[in-house]
Amino acid sequence: MEGLISLAVKAVFIENLALSFFLGMCTFIAVSKKISTAIGLGISVMVVQAITVPANNLLLSFLLKPGALAWAGFPDVDLTFLGLISYIGVIAAMVQILEMILDKYFPPLYNALGIFLPLITVNCAILGGSLFMVERDYNFAEATTYGISSGFGWALAITAMAGVREKLKYSDVPDGLQGLGITFITAGLMAMAFMSFSGVKL
Amino acid sequence: MGLRNFFDRIEPNFTKGGKYEKLFPIYEMVESFIYTPKTVTTVAPHARSYVDMKRIMTYVVIATIPCILWGMWNTGYQANSAIAALGPESATGWRIAILQVFGISLNPDSIFANVMHGLMYFLPIYVVTLVAGGIFEVIFATVRGHEVNEGFLVTSMLYALIMPATTPLWQVALGIIFGVVIGKEVFGGTGKNFLNPALVGRAFLYFAYPAQMSGDAVWTPVDGFSGATALAVSAAEGYQALAADGITWWSAFYGTIQGSIGETSTLACIIGLAFLLITKIANYRLIVGCLAGTIAFTWLLNLIGSETNPMFAMPWYWHVVLGGYAFGLAFMVTEPVSASHTNVGRYVYGALIGVMVVLIRVINPAFPEGMMLAILFGNVFAPLIDYFVVQANIKRRARRHV
Repeated sequence: MEGLISLAVKAVFIENLALSFFLGMCTFIAVSKKISTAIGLGISVMVVQAITVPANNLLLSFLLKPGALAWAGFPDVDLTFLGLISYIGVIAAMVQILEMILDKYFPPLYNALGIFLPLITVNCAILGGSLFMVERDYNFAEATTYGISSGFGWALAITAMAGVREKLKYSDVPDGLQGLGITFITAGLMAMAFMSFSGVKL
Repeated sequence: MGLRNFFDRIEPNFTKGGKYEKLFPIYEMVESFIYTPKTVTTVAPHARSYVDMKRIMTYVVIATIPCILWGMWNTGYQANSAIAALGPESATGWRIAILQVFGISLNPDSIFANVMHGLMYFLPIYVVTLVAGGIFEVIFATVRGHEVNEGFLVTSMLYALIMPATTPLWQVALGIIFGVVIGKEVFGGTGKNFLNPALVGRAFLYFAYPAQMSGDAVWTPVDGFSGATALAVSAAEGYQALAADGITWWSAFYGTIQGSIGETSTLACIIGLAFLLITKIANYRLIVGCLAGTIAFTWLLNLIGSETNPMFAMPWYWHVVLGGYAFGLAFMVTEPVSASHTNVGRYVYGALIGVMVVLIRVINPAFPEGMMLAILFGNVFAPLIDYFVVQANIKRRARRHV
């Protein structure tokens, strides 16, 4: 249990997907103009991450790993070369199913998340989460924890970013830097503040 | 009033249509530095207040004076003590040469000798800060047509005070330029930044040149003197081990320990803070929040305890006197621009910093000191805290009028 807690803290702060790996930058920059939408997007990333990372973990341990197909009578088969395409396929399928379920049973949530759900299918933070899971050889419990907490870390980062950007509405940015330019600088400065966690060993 | 006449005579050159129209910000800077600005708001609404930006900024600079004086004395005292311990052959360098030209001794018992030796370190750092940062401030002001205001004086003073005395001067220049340009001017100048520019510069150096800046090796400016800062000792052996190095709680409180120029003396920071609180420049809610966060979180860590990490056992009153805590609390946490703007938010913002600083010091073995990073972290979340406070207020009021 202690291991899971420290994994969660690590995924939220120390190895924050957005601010220390710079993953999911396109949505991080594009959808951080308003706090309310940023929160919506953050929640959907968290939900998708919490579903796809464990799902890919199951896929990995029961289909792809060397010897994973032993239950079907193929103990020598190694399908890891199919990993990348399978993970993204799973992510796309999961998001699609999630969207349909939400549409059918939870329309208010579906309307709140709106365009973000299909949008984050192609978010590199989502695929990155799954790939980190593979690389670090997480088991199912770790994968679930990592999925939820890395998504939460990303959500935290984009909400803070949206807060700063709403404040920056009152600033007087030089012409050449307006819009994306200043947003990149802001993201860099925020990453510097998040570096306070770098070096924490849990 | 010869000076006023002089300004009045040359002013037309700088106003619109004048010969040196483009240089107006520089004229305005010098004029408003000497005289109170005579421009007043001409259209309604008028809000009358006894404070203006010039007064706020000047008060902050005044509030740092105890820290400056103590910092100079302490830097000189540490250097002179080290020289006394290592022998006169360790006294080398141009600073010693200058001191010898004026016949100033290196006696650690003489207050004057200590202050002069400290001045030899503080003055170059401060001058480099003013010149390097000032050049960029003026360039931006001239090109973009805004005013150079006293905010830069505050930034440069705070920046110079949180520098270790041994910092190479080119790093000092690099740091303040980064702080002024990236931390402030790209957002449009004073009051429009979201991070404290002095801290941005300091953090930039911290991560770019960790060898000189990390804060675990000691910063006494004498070659061949080595040791560990109070926080590094505590991190390695526990705060009880400080007594073996001759550091008691009172010496940490008065500030006769090694550290960055202006940060060592908690007493000097408290004097400055008291001045800021009385003049209402600093908001007491930030201080209360920050102290409460630190005390509560340290208490929690003391309760949990740890076999391997002696920092867990460090009580809060030690956290407060060591490192940059007091200085950060007095001059950085209270900075109105980058802090939260709502009253409830100020408590939360302060508490966030108070918790973060202890968290970094205790949990993170990479950084023995955490005040600076904790404040930057707080700055990042300050607008978000405000947002949630405002939203809660809107919801509460909406419920009242169903």
